[in-house]
Amino acid sequence: MLSRVADSLYWLTRYVERAENIARCIDVNLQLQLDLPGEDRPWEPVVQTSGDAELFFQSYGRATLENVLMFLTADRNNPNSIISCIAQARENARCVREAITSEMWAALNKFHLVLTGSDVQKRILDDPHEFYTEVKECSQLFVGIADCTYSHSEGWHFLRLGRFFERADQTSRILDVKYYILLPDPAMVGMALDTVQWLALLKSASAFEMFRKAYSSVTPQNVSNFLLLDPTFPRSVFFCLSAMEESLKQIIGPTKTIGEKSLRKLGKMRSELEYTTIDEVISGGMHERIDALQTDFANLGKCIFSDFFNGIS
Amino acid sequence: MVLKFDAYSTDGFYDELFLPNGKPRPVAQPLVTLINELEDGELLNRQKAAEASFMDNGITFAVYGNEAGADKIIPFDIIPRFIEANDWNRLEKGLKQRTHALNLFLNDIYGDRKCIRDKIVPESMVETCNAYLPQMQGFVPPRGVWAHITGTDLVRDTDGTFYVLEDNMRCPSGVSYVLQNRQVLKRTFPRVFSQCSIRPVDEYCSQLRHALEYMAPDAVKNPKAVVLTPGTYNSAYYEHSFLSQQMGLELVCGNDLVVRDKHVYMRTTRGLVTVDVIYRRIDDGFLDPLEFRSDSAIGVPGLMEAYKAGNVALCNAPGSGVADDKAIYAYVPQIIKYFLNEDQIIPNVPTFICENPKHRQHVLSNLNKMVVKAVSESGGYGMLVGPQASEAECEEFRKKIEEKPRNYIAQPMISLSRVPTISGDQFAGRHVDLRPYIIQGKDIFVLPGGLTRVALREGSVVVNSSQGGGGKDTWVIAANDKAPEQGQARHWVQQQQQQQ
Repeated sequence: MLSRVADSLYWLTRYVERAENIARCIDVNLQLQLDLPGEDRPWEPVVQTSGDAELFFQSYGRATLENVLMFLTADRNNPNSIISCIAQARENARCVREAITSEMWAALNKFHLVLTGSDVQKRILDDPHEFYTEVKECSQLFVGIADCTYSHSEGWHFLRLGRFFERADQTSRILDVKYYILLPDPAMVGMALDTVQWLALLKSASAFEMFRKAYSSVTPQNVSNFLLLDPTFPRSVFFCLSAMEESLKQIIGPTKTIGEKSLRKLGKMRSELEYTTIDEVISGGMHERIDALQTDFANLGKCIFSDFFNGIS
Repeated sequence: MVLKFDAYSTDGFYDELFLPNGKPRPVAQPLVTLINELEDGELLNRQKAAEASFMDNGITFAVYGNEAGADKIIPFDIIPRFIEANDWNRLEKGLKQRTHALNLFLNDIYGDRKCIRDKIVPESMVETCNAYLPQMQGFVPPRGVWAHITGTDLVRDTDGTFYVLEDNMRCPSGVSYVLQNRQVLKRTFPRVFSQCSIRPVDEYCSQLRHALEYMAPDAVKNPKAVVLTPGTYNSAYYEHSFLSQQMGLELVCGNDLVVRDKHVYMRTTRGLVTVDVIYRRIDDGFLDPLEFRSDSAIGVPGLMEAYKAGNVALCNAPGSGVADDKAIYAYVPQIIKYFLNEDQIIPNVPTFICENPKHRQHVLSNLNKMVVKAVSESGGYGMLVGPQASEAECEEFRKKIEEKPRNYIAQPMISLSRVPTISGDQFAGRHVDLRPYIIQGKDIFVLPGGLTRVALREGSVVVNSSQGGGGKDTWVIAANDKAPEQGQARHWVQQQQQQQ
């Protein structure tokens, strides 16, 4: 497969996954706001989670509902808004249109049309829940169509690699920020809890129902364990790393003449999580652990680029 | 009543759907009947559905200068154009004849030049062609084929005679619209479609792939063919992408390819992989910065050396454009006679070569009656439509012709045939041409039909999409002897529909 094509596949699916995560995060917070009517400035943490707070306050000033929704959804100047992500995903897809199936392209193109309609602002504000549900469904539809129409060979594994990479990154970020907001001091572990907020954290990773099946009580340990280390939940960081490793091995093939750096890096990351416990993570500092994980992700991204996308000059 | 044919008039033009007496041609009867029976507004709904389908599938072209995502669809009109079986059979023979002769001509021009010695074509005409490449002199492309893909523009005059208006031997575009228009129209008029015995167009991409692979160097067992595009910002990018997808070939940009030791490779996730055939959609001048324009950022350095060494095939062959020069066009009847000893089957439009003093005199004194064309322009640019031009425009062309006569030819104005077209809330006759696509591989294949381009502005005869033109589907009716097999299939489909 052409290096350029592999690169585009990997990024297009990262962008789609990112858009879905933003939509989910907004949707959950809209629900949360209804449960916590007295809350002062409930939208600021959402902007913080996005990682683009500086850019937001430069252009909007106050974190009102309307400002935050527009910034995260429809603002093309925000490179991580839903519209920017999907525009990027579509542009990547356009560059490799011949390498994906028509159904995949059409799904992505329709996704883009949903976000570029002239009434999009009105739709977001009139019925945000419906709008963000549609965004999530567009993303899931794309993933499903890719699964059912695209050969599960090299290209598909690059798609999968990108998707799980982005998801692992997002889950770890969201856990980091929320954990910090809810438990700024490790001494607070074990104190009376704001269960509603922890439930919201689970829901923003679509993890609530599956969490319930695995645990009876909502504690910071349990929630973190589930989102970070659970081996079967498809949005946990560990699960994502395992899935990436599977796909990477498929891409590399039995001869292992390529991709050695990436595989070693990823294998290390996966096994470190596999053999750690949540108590170790918490006592060592959740933020420090996730910070290290973020550095690992950045390095892994570099390895993947130089192993597969850089081409031979 | 809206959008019915009751008030439609052919206005003295040849109409592809209606007879001069206002009755539908027999081939168009099922369609006309259906449309007249549709409820008010239904046809417009179907037109809108067709447009939405182009938009959803991203069958668009980029509008230069607009922000990303501001793509437009090529205007599409759902009323198809019909071609009867007998007409098509003659056209197909004529197109094969022309393609064959022009390939022999190219071989001769870049080879022994017998046709120049025998005074069929003047040497000066060849050497002054913009598309002539002196560096290809003496070169024989793989299998002796120069123009693998040809698009020949045909027009139909008031009496229904088809003429060749011009040849396109340099990777003509538009065939993806033929294939997509057909997909959309099958959904627009499914029942009429099945009643009409229309010849399918699905074979094109298989034919093209086989033709490309046939051009690979001799020793290669499983040839690797690719499509080379200038990139996503090219207005025809959609087509490049679509064709590679449908053929199952890789679409590459110049940067994806690299030349080592006169062999072409592409950069993959597993290292360099040999490329044997390139269907290039990049103009000659941009192919290789070492050989042609050194400022080309979309080409592949060293490509021409690899090509001349016989290690890779380029389709179409660089230098093929000599054969579609608008002045060479005037000699095609003699070229066919000379190389094939046959009479031309589809006639040329009479053409005056401004380089020739006698012709020039005639053109200059009849400017307001003629169509003047720059010989190396395309896309409807550099053209004067005399009868519709202002005096100032005629003067401008008079000066241009006097300055550089070699650059211009002139033809009498042809009254292009018309097809009913939706215009607001009524049907109006609009002028069309036809571009069939011809593939030369082991044999010559002509795609049944082609791109019917329609000038959407009232009275306009310029059909190019850059000049306000749109597209229509082209329905070539199958001859009766081909009917049984298809008839059975249709019968089966009808049964399915009844059961549903």
